[in-house]
Amino acid sequence: MTITQSRLSAFTRDYGVYAALVLLALSNVLVTRDFLTVETLREQVILLVPVLIVALGMALVIGTGGVDLSVGAVMALSAAVLPLSLDYGVVPAVMAGVLTGVLTGMLSGSLVAFLKVQPIVATLAVLVVGRGIALVIADGETPGTGLGVDVPTLVLVAVALIVVVSVLAGQTTFGRQLVAIGGNRTAARYSGLPVNRVLLTSYVLCGSFAAVAGMFTRLTTSDPSRTGELIGLSAITAVVAGGTPLSGGRIRVLGTVAGAVLIQLVTATLLENGAPASVAQMVQAVIIIAAVVVQRGTR
Amino acid sequence: MLEAARVTKRFGGVPALRGVDFLLERGQVHALVGANGAGKSTLVKVLSGVYSPDEGLVFHRGRPVRFTGPQDAQQRGISAVYQELSLVGSMSVSANLYLGKEPRNRLGMVSFRRMHADAERLLDSLGIEVDPRRELRSLTLGQQQMVAIARAANTDSRVVIMDEPTSSLEPDEVETLFEVIRRLSERDVSIVYISHRLLELFQICNTVTVLRDGQVVHTGRMCDIGPVELVSSMLGRDAADIRRTGTTAFTHEHTPAAQEVLSARQLGGSSHADNVAIDVHAGEVVGLGGLAGSGRTETVRAPAGLRHPGRGTVEVQGRQVRTGSPSAAIEAGIVLVPEDRTGQGLVPHLSVRDNIVLAALPRLSRFGLVSQSKQDGLVHTLMRRLGIQATGPDQRVSELSGVNQQKVMLARWLALSPKVLLLDEPTRGMDLDAKAQVQALVEELAGQGLGIVLASGDLAELVEGADRVIVLREGAAVAELQGDQVTADAVRAAIAERGT
Repeated sequence: MTITQSRLSAFTRDYGVYAALVLLALSNVLVTRDFLTVETLREQVILLVPVLIVALGMALVIGTGGVDLSVGAVMALSAAVLPLSLDYGVVPAVMAGVLTGVLTGMLSGSLVAFLKVQPIVATLAVLVVGRGIALVIADGETPGTGLGVDVPTLVLVAVALIVVVSVLAGQTTFGRQLVAIGGNRTAARYSGLPVNRVLLTSYVLCGSFAAVAGMFTRLTTSDPSRTGELIGLSAITAVVAGGTPLSGGRIRVLGTVAGAVLIQLVTATLLENGAPASVAQMVQAVIIIAAVVVQRGTR
Repeated sequence: MLEAARVTKRFGGVPALRGVDFLLERGQVHALVGANGAGKSTLVKVLSGVYSPDEGLVFHRGRPVRFTGPQDAQQRGISAVYQELSLVGSMSVSANLYLGKEPRNRLGMVSFRRMHADAERLLDSLGIEVDPRRELRSLTLGQQQMVAIARAANTDSRVVIMDEPTSSLEPDEVETLFEVIRRLSERDVSIVYISHRLLELFQICNTVTVLRDGQVVHTGRMCDIGPVELVSSMLGRDAADIRRTGTTAFTHEHTPAAQEVLSARQLGGSSHADNVAIDVHAGEVVGLGGLAGSGRTETVRAPAGLRHPGRGTVEVQGRQVRTGSPSAAIEAGIVLVPEDRTGQGLVPHLSVRDNIVLAALPRLSRFGLVSQSKQDGLVHTLMRRLGIQATGPDQRVSELSGVNQQKVMLARWLALSPKVLLLDEPTRGMDLDAKAQVQALVEELAGQGLGIVLASGDLAELVEGADRVIVLREGAAVAELQGDQVTADAVRAAIAERGT
């Protein structure tokens, strides 16, 4: 590959997501009816925020060179736990919800950090367990409709979490160590970094973020085991499309945000223009493949 | 056989070769030497069809040729063996030898029987003792290197180019390689031999060409030039000067103090390095010699916590250190520069800055937040102090030269003000000038009172660098040489001496 080619692909990797986003938004303004109405935007924000929150946590795990497939199950679990504790008040209920994420994250993280299980296998196992428990808890009943938070609060929480993760990834000891571990785990260990602690923490954070997202999700199905079914894929797509390599060693937080918005916008565009949901899912698969191909050879 | 005439090659306007003449005759073993960046690799790539020259001509069998690519050159009988082996680890030796040209039976299927038989004949003819049925990755690195050379020699090659073929070989394997080269040479195969190990050149080569800054500065018969003259023409330095100071940059200006900084006992636990004890005083350089596999690497890694030494103990300034934990060792002031810089030391795609501060992050942070000003100050100071050449702290460390990467490793540790510095082959793969820069730093650090352990397979480095040399064999310390006893001959004798 020549220098200009690799520069071009590095540029595409770093900024392609923003370009795609602008193009898509512009074409929507022209093509899609009622695109710029308050109602459409509200609707989009409600759908976007859970994916975004999950993707932020996912970016941390992917930065270590891992991946967390259990996020959808964790969402379902926290969504199922929430109504059980709502009687004691909103704050304890939210804490209980987040706790489910912390616990599942600890489980995945321990498997990965201490037992050296591959992240895909570890989190796949946690996914299956999580879905099972969610099903038992809900016991076939229709749970509530999440926290029923209004749109401004949703946006506020999302922005707060974006800031937190940005600072965490770029400015803290934890974030810098995390990126180094993703870049070269042996070198990190030899340099005395607390590798296991950082790995564990990243999975706990990812689980907690997923749990928060689960409580914000408006349930569209009576079967809680289906909550967040494909959100893992969406989150991974958002992270990778935003320029974070699956091989780890690098985290792009704003890119992840743009990636999440892009996916939501693509889905919305397709649905608004009459395409079936199955097609929207397939398009997402195309995006993730395209993002990985663009990243190939660059780092 | 093969000749380059007035060859010039530029990269982005910068000439890597300037009017180079190079003549390789039939059956010749031709040494190509020069410091890193002198243009050796470029010349080799021009000769093997990877690059085409900007100016000048390449002659093959007396006629001018323009190779369309390496395959074209190979078909004309010119093959190259590079440092990074292009073999498939999961396949058998013979499958590697005949990759892409497997013998077939009448049904068009690969005939493994014939392939193994052919492979056996080929290896035999070169005097290489390897079972062709074995999986390649079960061989030692040296044996794999032999297989790569056999593959290059296999296809009716008339010219074989070897780039640093001995860098991963043990002394007895080097002997086998030389035997292979002799046999090839007897068959009138011409060989271009590139190596930083100068003494080898005198053993095996009959002609030498020296490159400096992209130009030929010397060419002639090997027996007409001595090692010192060779080094002086490579570096453009005065021969008398080199005779006086040696080829390394060690000056022995540091003086060991009475105070002991490291005291390690019974660095065993595994079969290797069983009874080895190391004591290091402040300001002292202790050399660890021995062949690869002698326990040299295990011994130097144990105090750093990278290997659990069983019942062994490690003390720093009289205080016990928990063994088997890198972070405990670092906390106590013991740091290691591993042999494999990019694999075990650096985080290649991160910046110089990130690599330097990696271990020091907790010290630069408050409540987990890294102080940018403290960080930048530290990086700036260390880059200047060690003379790290980079476009800036933001440059990726993978883009730096070997010597600057090694300086980044040292900077990472100096940021922690360590007490004991363990060095495992710190100058491996570097040319003389780069080695000298690292050695000068080691000398300087010893002068500042650091206790240093220098594990090295480079005799000159051990002898000129260390105040005291411990020689290991089969996991045991077999000799400890001090003061005037530290000579190349004494170390070599201790390394080679067969057990009773």
